[in-house]
Amino acid sequence: MALNNIWVFAQIANGTPTSSTLELLSKARSLTSNVVAFLGADGGNAAAALGEFGATKVYATGDLGGALPGVAVAGAMKAVIDAGETPDLVMFPQNYEGRDVMARLSVKLDKTVITNNVDIAESGDGVTVTTPIFGGNTLVNTAFTGAAPFLAAFRPKSFAAESAGGPAAAVTSVSVPDAGAAKVTAVHVEETSGPKLDEADIVVSGGRGLGEASNYSLIEELSKLLKAAPGASRAIVDAGWVPYSFQVGQTGKVVKPNVYIAVGISGATQHMVGMKGSKNIIAINKDKEAPIFGVADLGIVGDAMKVVPKLIEALKGR
Amino acid sequence: MNVIVCVKQIPDPAVPGALDGSTNTLKRDGKLILDDSDAYGVEMALQLVDKAGGGEVSLVSMAPNSETSGLRTALAMGAAKGVLVSDPALQGSDALTTAKILAAAVQRLGGADLIIAATESSDGYTGTVPEQMAEVLGLPSVTFAKKVSVENGALKVDRQTESGYDEVTCPLPALISVTAGVVEPRYPSFKGIMAAKSKPVEEVKASDLGVTPVGWEGAGQKIASVTQAEARQAGEVIEDDGETFGKIVEFLENLKVI
Ligand SMILES: Cc1cc2nc3c(=O)[nH]c(=O)nc-3n(C[C@H](O)[C@H](O)[C@H](O)COP(=O)(O)OP(=O)(O)OC[C@H]3O[C@@H](n4cnc5c(N)ncnc54)[C@H](O)[C@@H]3O)c2cc1C
Repeated sequence: MALNNIWVFAQIANGTPTSSTLELLSKARSLTSNVVAFLGADGGNAAAALGEFGATKVYATGDLGGALPGVAVAGAMKAVIDAGETPDLVMFPQNYEGRDVMARLSVKLDKTVITNNVDIAESGDGVTVTTPIFGGNTLVNTAFTGAAPFLAAFRPKSFAAESAGGPAAAVTSVSVPDAGAAKVTAVHVEETSGPKLDEADIVVSGGRGLGEASNYSLIEELSKLLKAAPGASRAIVDAGWVPYSFQVGQTGKVVKPNVYIAVGISGATQHMVGMKGSKNIIAINKDKEAPIFGVADLGIVGDAMKVVPKLIEALKGR
Repeated sequence: MNVIVCVKQIPDPAVPGALDGSTNTLKRDGKLILDDSDAYGVEMALQLVDKAGGGEVSLVSMAPNSETSGLRTALAMGAAKGVLVSDPALQGSDALTTAKILAAAVQRLGGADLIIAATESSDGYTGTVPEQMAEVLGLPSVTFAKKVSVENGALKVDRQTESGYDEVTCPLPALISVTAGVVEPRYPSFKGIMAAKSKPVEEVKASDLGVTPVGWEGAGQKIASVTQAEARQAGEVIEDDGETFGKIVEFLENLKVI
């Protein structure tokens, strides 16, 4: 079927649209010429960037004043739909807020959700999305059945963000019928220096094989020398060695750097889906059967505590 | 304070997953175990009830073949009772139907002050069921909770965000989804395991809960095809002899990144 009207749940960080937002707008405009960026924030400042990447209209709730977006934005979307405008497809980024808004909206509209997608296509009289499973080795193509709107969430970096050179999109204010009872009372941002994990050219990630939290300093030192972003497996995030914002994988960041160095990481499928798209992969692991070697271009079977300090010395001496 | 925890019983993650050739759904026919992700919710519930000085922890679960082994693990940890929804008609249900079923099971238990779920299951990981349940039940929710307490009858939650965390307050009754690592799940004691055998688990069907349509019929989606992705080729794997750091330097030099 033809997708005539697509909404993208758009997000803003530090005043500009997030990379996921721009990726989804780029894909949406390849499918239709009516693309709405639906913002749970003030629209004014972002209208130019949203338009540049393909939004023809912006619907903005204005500042949410501490309300969580799940209830607030889904309610605002439902109100626009009730007023007579029905999108064929609503695209969400596969992240916390995207999932919450999508979940609330799905109940309000009594529509299914399909999450963890990496692609979408119009196919004959239907719309099909693609979801990788088993660490990305198997791709499942699922068709929406029933009537639109279809709700789908996409993993970061599924589509290239490309400027269309479009004009600033016109902003329409939409109302929030219900802000919900939960309130954000304080916001904490974990400071990081150096390149951002999902944008860095080189990523050096550490896992449980580092042995203990203090050994993560080796990953940080190696990262600094390579101008890389430090990353982590979920095992050491759960153990509290590093903050969640370092996590690579299914429930963390998706990274596609030029070089990914995995130190003491086994290569669980949930980790692999977050880094398998890297151009070059180097793995250091003492177990030669570790699955990570199955995707590594260079694999070193050895003790990270021995290899990494020598590597650091060699790089320092250059 | 009464708490209901949603627990999923899943195939052992240590066994590689497979698709059922005829339906293209995940095979769930072997022995099922308590999803690790849900052990955190059970532990959190037990601690909150303990702190409140009264009340109990109940469980809701949806699983094929009247499976209760994962539920028994949670009962052995200290939960008091459970409702199991097991019905062949549910096969093929999507996340929305699952949320409606679990919400109805919560209501069958008479509701609670707090409902706890994991952020996503380990085998299916759609990751929307908790928030969908909250909407079905008309409750406020705080997802991705990494620290939870109850003060003056309201929830105080540290909620994980992409860049850090938010402090969130929310009145009860409410629903939360908790991240892994939020608390350290206890191991069931021998006494707990013995006691769990006689704790009540009511088994019901979708029709007992009044939820229709369910299964394939209720799912607004169908699997069109399954394909294999292009596999990444493994490269050179070498044993460290004390000098392999040089190989890495060479590799990086060839890529002109150093
Ligand atoms: C729903 C769900 C979502 C998940 N999401 C993610 C996710 O987003 N990201 C993620 O990473 N994981 C995720 N996981 C967890 C994942 O399944 C693995 O448990 C995790 O990736 C393992 O981390 P690890 O490789 O650091 O630890 P382990 O699997 O314990 O591996 C440690 C490795 O270190 C090696 N080692 C030990 N000592 C040394 C040494 N001295 N030198 C060199 N090597 C050594 C060992 O041989 C081993 O291979 C998820 C799991 C679930 C259920």
